[in-house]
Amino acid sequence: MVISTEGLSFTFGKQQVVKSLALQVPEGSIYGFLGPNGAGKTTTIKLLLNLLKPDAGNINIFEQDIKTNRINILSKIGSLIEQPALYQHLTGRENLLNRALLLQVPAQRVEDMLDLVQLTHAANKKAGQYSLGMKQRLGIALALLADPKLLILDEPTNGLDPNGIIEIRELLKKLVAQHGKTVFISSHLLAEIERMATHVGIINNGAMLFQGSIADLQAISKPLVRIEAENTVDAANLLTRNHINVTEVTDDHLTIPYISKQQMGDINSLLNKGGQTVYSIGKQQKDLEKLFLDITQNA
Amino acid sequence: MKGFILSFRSEFYKSRKTLGFWASVMLPLLIGVLLFVGFYTKSEKLTSMPPMMLWLQFAGAILGIMGSLVLPMYIIFIAYSVNSIEHRADTWKTLFNLPIPRWSVYAAKFFYAVFLVFMCLALFVLFTIGFGNLLSIVKPELRFDDFHMEKELAQIYFKLFLSSLGILSIQFLLSLFWADFLKPMGIGFICTIAGVVAATKGWEYSYLFPYAHPMAAISSMLKNNHGDPAHSLQIDVFTKDVFVSMAIALVVFITGYFIVQRKSVK
Repeated sequence: MVISTEGLSFTFGKQQVVKSLALQVPEGSIYGFLGPNGAGKTTTIKLLLNLLKPDAGNINIFEQDIKTNRINILSKIGSLIEQPALYQHLTGRENLLNRALLLQVPAQRVEDMLDLVQLTHAANKKAGQYSLGMKQRLGIALALLADPKLLILDEPTNGLDPNGIIEIRELLKKLVAQHGKTVFISSHLLAEIERMATHVGIINNGAMLFQGSIADLQAISKPLVRIEAENTVDAANLLTRNHINVTEVTDDHLTIPYISKQQMGDINSLLNKGGQTVYSIGKQQKDLEKLFLDITQNA
Repeated sequence: MKGFILSFRSEFYKSRKTLGFWASVMLPLLIGVLLFVGFYTKSEKLTSMPPMMLWLQFAGAILGIMGSLVLPMYIIFIAYSVNSIEHRADTWKTLFNLPIPRWSVYAAKFFYAVFLVFMCLALFVLFTIGFGNLLSIVKPELRFDDFHMEKELAQIYFKLFLSSLGILSIQFLLSLFWADFLKPMGIGFICTIAGVVAATKGWEYSYLFPYAHPMAAISSMLKNNHGDPAHSLQIDVFTKDVFVSMAIALVVFITGYFIVQRKSVK
């Protein structure tokens, strides 16, 4: 495990923001850390980076305790927390050069990073004049500067346009696949995480609701049969009389749990024989967005 | 130690384009030029003065305002400016998750502020001597070149430097915690005025109050030689207010370190 925590807890004043969190981030994974705004994601990240001191619990990164190996661990982490922290009066290149000085990284690496995030043309512009997307990209370049083994990114695609989001996603996938990095990325957008993550942790009100591989998450999400019918209420009554469990009825469609293709055919003929007009019938994966809401609301 | 040097170099790199850095150069230059112009245009009134009095007039004009207001206000500004770089850019979190010990980051910042004050005061010495000698070249009737007080000037400014460390350490800590300028500025301003009043009214415990130290440094600079004119310009650097200032700086610096160590970075 690259990151593993146990019983991690943190309190701001009287409010417990992180509750006994047990993170397990395997090496070589893209770990999507999901939760609505205010769930405790940023606080957790700050705990991981030793910016906040936990009230209780342990944090092990690269199998070392952060309390005793802070410098060693931090030298292998690149991070971007909340909005990127940039010196507005320095140019993009100077921001990178300053960090390169602190991290003792050769200056050539600065040019490589500018190239990687496509800011070479704007390198001599003051960071204060950058657009939000450019700032975000410069923030990612800063995080990658020391060629860290672990990248911790807090909502890195905030403020990026769709092209920018795709670029970041491809970049992160490449870093993991080709360079053996591990990425810990937080987001409140499930669709974004779904497209790149190998592992997912879902947090709400400071507590972990789900943690596992993306396949585990999809397994929880059971498929449904969605039926569009002329009269959904009558159709639902007909199905119920035939001992078929109807999970949802709306004005234009109803849903029932999916079992097999055969079952869909049987239902179709049952409805037809019962005099119901069926416009469409089909299998539907419960989308993760909805699943996410279900999990967070049931907690 | 490596972390400290790296952080210190980074402080210079970050600030070299800011007002905080350039103020340390411009302030002595500007005051020097103003005085130069003043002496140049009023030279006819000054030609009768003996060289020693000329120098005392010239250097004294700067020292008078330095001790009372300019130096404390400049220190308040410097302490603010080295910290505000991080406040404005929201970079405390990145500074404290560098693979560099926290004490290095903190100490480098503090000593960079100390360095700026030192540089500013050193430039005051340099410009005072430089402009004085320049006056004797462009206005040969002003006999600046017939007397030398380089050593005494250096001593006086070194004394001022030491006496400013107490204020600097306090203002540094205030500016570290408060992002906005008004709080450290307001507190610093009120304390400075109180300090000037305490020092000029000769309050017996004013040597314990750091904001009175620059003023006290000026008034206690001459050794009491019981009217012996041959030694009338002997500078007493290490007076008790200077020791108090250094002690306060040390205590506040160490206390600040423990606060930073425990502090959560928001």
